[in-house]
Amino acid sequence: MEASTLAITILWSLLFIYAMLGSLDFGAGFWGMIYGKDDRTNAGQIANRFLSPTWEVTNVFFVIFVVALVSFFPFATTMLSSLLLVPVGLGLLLLTIRTTFMVFANHANRYQNILRITSGITGLIIPALLVSMLPITLGGFVEFVDDYPQLLYGKLLAHPTLYMHIAFGLTTELFISAVFLMDYSKEAEDWSAYHTYRKHALWLGPISIAIAMLTIGTMPEEASWIVDNIEANPVWFGLSVAFFILGYASLYIKSKHGRKGLARLAMTFIIIQYGIAIYAYGLAHLPYLIYPDLTIADSFTDPSIFYKLLVVYAAGFAILVPAFILFWRLFLKDQRYLKQQ
Amino acid sequence: MDIVVMSRVLFGSSMGFHIIYATIGVGLPIMIILAEIMYWIKKDKDYALMARRWTKGFAILLAVSIASGTIVAVLLSLLFPNFMEIVGQVISLPFQLEIFAFLIEAVFMSIYLYAADRLPQGLRVLSIFFVAMGATASAILITDVHAWMNTPAGFEMTESGAIINVNVMEAFFNPSFVVTAIHVTLSAYMTVAFLVASIAAIRLMKRHISNEERAYHKKALMISLYLGAAMSLGTAINGHETAQMLHEQNPRKLAAAEGLFETTTYAPLSVGGYTSLEDGRVKYAIEIPYALSFLAGDRFDTEVIGLNEFPEELWPPLYVHILFNVMVGIGTLLIALSFLALFWKVVLKKDFPGWMLGLLVVGGPLSVIAIEAGWCFSCIGRQPWTITDVLPTADAATKSSSVSILLFTFLTLYVVLLFVTGFVMRYYFKRNPVEKDLAAQ
Ligand code: HDD
Ligand code: HEM
Ligand code: HEM
Repeated sequence: MEASTLAITILWSLLFIYAMLGSLDFGAGFWGMIYGKDDRTNAGQIANRFLSPTWEVTNVFFVIFVVALVSFFPFATTMLSSLLLVPVGLGLLLLTIRTTFMVFANHANRYQNILRITSGITGLIIPALLVSMLPITLGGFVEFVDDYPQLLYGKLLAHPTLYMHIAFGLTTELFISAVFLMDYSKEAEDWSAYHTYRKHALWLGPISIAIAMLTIGTMPEEASWIVDNIEANPVWFGLSVAFFILGYASLYIKSKHGRKGLARLAMTFIIIQYGIAIYAYGLAHLPYLIYPDLTIADSFTDPSIFYKLLVVYAAGFAILVPAFILFWRLFLKDQRYLKQQ
Repeated sequence: MDIVVMSRVLFGSSMGFHIIYATIGVGLPIMIILAEIMYWIKKDKDYALMARRWTKGFAILLAVSIASGTIVAVLLSLLFPNFMEIVGQVISLPFQLEIFAFLIEAVFMSIYLYAADRLPQGLRVLSIFFVAMGATASAILITDVHAWMNTPAGFEMTESGAIINVNVMEAFFNPSFVVTAIHVTLSAYMTVAFLVASIAAIRLMKRHISNEERAYHKKALMISLYLGAAMSLGTAINGHETAQMLHEQNPRKLAAAEGLFETTTYAPLSVGGYTSLEDGRVKYAIEIPYALSFLAGDRFDTEVIGLNEFPEELWPPLYVHILFNVMVGIGTLLIALSFLALFWKVVLKKDFPGWMLGLLVVGGPLSVIAIEAGWCFSCIGRQPWTITDVLPTADAATKSSSVSILLFTFLTLYVVLLFVTGFVMRYYFKRNPVEKDLAAQ
């Protein structure tokens, strides 16, 4: 494999991890807002219990992604930063408000409500901002003025593809988090929350898939190259749909206790589904970071430096795996944590 | 304002905001470890309570340090893309390593915060130890990038601006790395010690507190005085070495710090005053004969290079002299204060008088001011370069005019967050006063 291909694969994997963790994190914030005051179900509590120890780890993955981008593809910074200054800047602003208020909420009970609403609303807007960057990379929204790239805000904001991308991002986020929280509630043996999340997973799943397909149809003319690439790759996208069907069907299978839904199995299939879809999309996006001005080969760092950095990554993750295992056992497995009141 | 200036103001104020919380994030785990160790040795429950309460405060502040850190990390690429293009090629290693330090800190902090009651004592101390390691390591690693900007190494630049012959290790161990990293670490520990001392002193100045509570705050004050005295002395000794590093690596910056225009041997040290361009000297300063030469080279006849050796457009702003003086002045004052307080208590075995507690109350905020002054001195003193003698700031910055929108929203955010954190801290600790926790023991 070319060094630059390997680099973009790693970067893309980091994006995949962040997309999954981010969906859980932001989605849990949203569900926490919806069910925070509802006494009939513990869904809100379950969401918050998951969120408290995990948001930091999620945030670190965001930073890893940015650092890996700059160090693997240093020659992309100039163009990316001028195009993404405002969306990323606003995202940071909201992320800060969300992070701080969420932690403050744990320490100032009287203000729980307003803080929960902040976390819920930002849990929707931040992912929307993040996915709104995808269409920018596909072509048609960038103009060069004096050799300097400018984002055509008017054109972007008026284009339906932006809103379809956002709808796609949000339904996916909520679907993934609902399936995950369903599994988490099961681990905590909290059946009221379990049924609440299952109910939402059932309607969100088909909608998210339908919107994903429709989004491809709204892409602007300049982006026809990626549509062609996607259509040239039917196997991968077919596989992704197949795994969705498997995952969705698992929501209906009766477990041996007679309860509907095999949560762990459903979650596994859904993660595989998104994994395949994200890599297939990434493949279709090659060789461009931003069409047609920026390719991965042009932005790549010196390969020998890249291999050195790779060793650092390998060593770092090797040290961290034991820490993650401990973390997993304490917060996602330990009944004393899951079941506390 | 022009775009470059706006980018500089935005980045500088973001760092100025982040560093307040970041410094506490680096230093507070050390205080918590000390309290845990005291508890282990003395079996006095007060120390366990101290560790618990400090951890609560830490958790509140940590949220802001992580959020603001995420901001500065991303802003660096957004506002100074041409700078990051070079960083990405030469000195990305510390950034990579830093992330693993963050991960270690984040994982163990969650464990210490949310699972402390499910862990045995040994594992608990171990996890807060990892938190401290992670925080200090991340401070040292980010300081490495900053040190490299001041004393770049490990690459060559061609006529056309391409970067060649990169040597990652040489860049990592650039000439000012070690001395600067020690300075940053010691000053962070020192700052947190004085901040904790401030809070304890405020409580002790209240008239109507129970004997248990008084004893509790005295123990907290003593821990922080010991740490503060040791660290402030260490900071000053190492600061002296930092100044010598400047003498060798970047005499222009040292000359600006001291307002020295003519190259001289037996150079005097100017304390206070301001550097006047018209008069070509520092006005209204107290001059200590020979001291600058001694500071720079450990000998009175050391030749110290003056600003006139350099073209005027390469001079940093002359007000950095004030920033430098503020840092050194506060450092000296706090050494004196902490040693005096310890002498009073340990040798004379007398209680702290009111005036001394009053001085200790301002010690914490002063220490934070010293940190801000030191960083601003170091970054502004590097001007007009972002990477000394390699990349001018004007070329490093973005050309996107949208910076103005971000500047005003972010400045507002910082002001609001300063107030809200203060409010939440007060709210939380008012709701959970020490008396209540002491009574519950
Ligand atoms: C509590 C904070 C504090 C205190 C009391 C001191 N410093 Fe400091 N100093 C810092 C906090 C700091 C800092 C904020 O951490 C800086 C900014 C950048 C850096 O590397 O450390 C710094 C930078 C810094 C620099 C510039 C390094 C550079 O630009 O490369 C010098 C020469 C000194 N210091 C010297 C001193 C001396 C002689 C002190 C005598 C007491 C002193 N500092 C006390
Ligand atoms: C010397 C000055 C600095 C010190 C002492 C410092 C220290 C800290 C500390 C203690 C934290 C909280 C860490 C955690 O618990 O995860 C933090 C967060 C962070 N800092 Fe700084 N920092 C400094 C400068 C910077 C700079 C210049 C950058 C950007 C390039 C930066 C990037 C970050 C990031 C990205 C985070 C959040 C990490 C996360 O997501 O957990 N820091 N910093
Ligand atoms: C933590 C406390 C820090 C503070 C308070 C601080 C303050 C400042 C200020 C005031 C400026 C604007 C200087 C001017 O343009 O006149 C600046 C610029 C800058 N600083 Fe720092 N800084 C800090 C740490 C760091 C660190 C750790 C790094 C590197 C990793 C860094 C990198 C930069 C860069 C890239 C610029 C912009 C380019 C330039 O003006 O040279 N700063 N900082």
